[in-house]
Amino acid sequence: MSSPEYRSAAPPPAGKRLALLLAEYATPGECLHAAEKLRDAGYSKFDSHTPFPIHGMDKAIGLPDSKLGFLVFAGGLTGTTLAFTMMMWMNGVDYPLIIGGKPATSIPSMIPIMFELTVLLSAFAAVFGMFHLNRLPRHNHPLFESENFGKFSDDRFFISVEVEDPKFKLDRTKELLSKTHPASVEEVYEEAQ
Amino acid sequence: MGHAGTLISAVLFLFRQKWRTSINRFAEAMTIFAVMCALVFPGIHVGRVWMAYYMFPLPNQMSMWPNFKSPLIWDIFAVSTYATVSILFWFVGLIPDLATLRDRAKTKIRKTVYGALALGWRGANRHWQHYERAYMILAALSTPLVLSVHSVVSFDFATSVLPGWHTTIFPPYFVAGAVFSGFAMVMTLMLLTRAVYGVKSIVTMQHLELMNKIMLVTGSLVGYAYAIEFFIAFYSGNEYEQWVFMKNRATGPFAWAYWTMISCNVISPQLFWSKKLRTSIPVMFVVSILINIGMWFERFVIIATSLFRDFIPGSWGYFRPTYVDIATYAGTLGLFFTLFLLFLRWIPMIAVAEVKGVLPEADPHYHPEGSHDDHAHAPAAALAGGE
Repeated sequence: MSSPEYRSAAPPPAGKRLALLLAEYATPGECLHAAEKLRDAGYSKFDSHTPFPIHGMDKAIGLPDSKLGFLVFAGGLTGTTLAFTMMMWMNGVDYPLIIGGKPATSIPSMIPIMFELTVLLSAFAAVFGMFHLNRLPRHNHPLFESENFGKFSDDRFFISVEVEDPKFKLDRTKELLSKTHPASVEEVYEEAQ
Repeated sequence: MGHAGTLISAVLFLFRQKWRTSINRFAEAMTIFAVMCALVFPGIHVGRVWMAYYMFPLPNQMSMWPNFKSPLIWDIFAVSTYATVSILFWFVGLIPDLATLRDRAKTKIRKTVYGALALGWRGANRHWQHYERAYMILAALSTPLVLSVHSVVSFDFATSVLPGWHTTIFPPYFVAGAVFSGFAMVMTLMLLTRAVYGVKSIVTMQHLELMNKIMLVTGSLVGYAYAIEFFIAFYSGNEYEQWVFMKNRATGPFAWAYWTMISCNVISPQLFWSKKLRTSIPVMFVVSILINIGMWFERFVIIATSLFRDFIPGSWGYFRPTYVDIATYAGTLGLFFTLFLLFLRWIPMIAVAEVKGVLPEADPHYHPEGSHDDHAHAPAAALAGGE
């Protein structure tokens, strides 16, 4: 543990360029503290990769609250309005149906469908909004170049620091990561454009 | 039953019941397959299946729109919304587990299929943040949605003027019945799977006992609803109501069905008052099967005993199912179990990521062997010793 194993320390392979540094941890606690250290050192383009969400990691990385709620609210409002206008126009304007002497349109009888469409469009907004905010699906991330990375979905905890981070300097960042008790630190390469 | 799984996993999620992680995937899969089976029946009953699009507000050659004042149209919207949201809820819960399968896959086909389905999930905290919010919102949306689906289904009956159907207690009664039968079916399937696949350390006796307690409560609620139907028939002074409940159901030609329902749904779960019976696998298996039978008879009693010996000469006789009725029912059982076995074979039957998340080791402040060390400042040597 005190001397982490470095993978691919050799110069970059031909036609590849460095994409990110990947540090591996054995426990969620170590991963969380490593994220705090990176945040305190002024890094912003880094992330943790864990099998399950870790309590307190948002704060450790310094992320603002998720904006998904606004999308869902907009989706829900669209659903309510859509249902109301649809029923008003179809049953009230375009083809009024008088059944049992009741008015062609009546708001109480519209409540169930207004509710259902509100829920339906809110759910679509929640799921597809989440995909949009997460930029998913994305099957070609440089992280998948790492052989070791597959363990994130099993029982290991990773921190990745992107080369694009303004504070990124290969030696310095590596040194900083090695102080956080990683099990390994790896340089991950992607195809050069 | 088709309406219960999402309720189970969404409501228990909102109440922060950590034990739900061992049954939610199961319950949701069961729900989706049961809804698919349930859709077969109205599909056949519309008579001309190729005209089924009349039910949706689609432009058609008669330039006519559906009558949105009809509870049957409400039901179309409720059930299709419910099916869609349940599938979304299930799939969102599956994404991290599909990523696990992708990373464990050995063959090319598995890597491709699971890889495509996992959408490139990288477990990033930026993703988890939105993911958890989306999951919570979906759970919060599903809960009232389930209540509304049961209520809308019961409106199909309650807004009619048929004695035996025209009952204001139907919406809450249907909700309680759905939770009841859903837990019973989860229990039946879970006990079999648990024995076959050896997941006893994940689905523990504590989980089973909690499920039995819920069955006891909802079974008693259903029993209360049965009693109230009789009371209202008596108290309303309406002779037609009284005739349907007292002469037709409880003592009429279908009394055997009525009392099967009462013994399975109301009496058999009362065994769970005893801790010894509540924690006995054979007892809970038998009771869960009895409840499944009882809940089938509940539908039968509500529908058939209200429709026979009524106003039209064609309905004066005794109801006997035809071989087509029986074969359709047997077919849906086959459809359900085929889908369920495919699910067990190809998809994690237990929510892997969620179970990991509730383990004590998942807490970043967890210290094994009671040792106290401060990760941020401890020297490396102490850490190596401590962990």
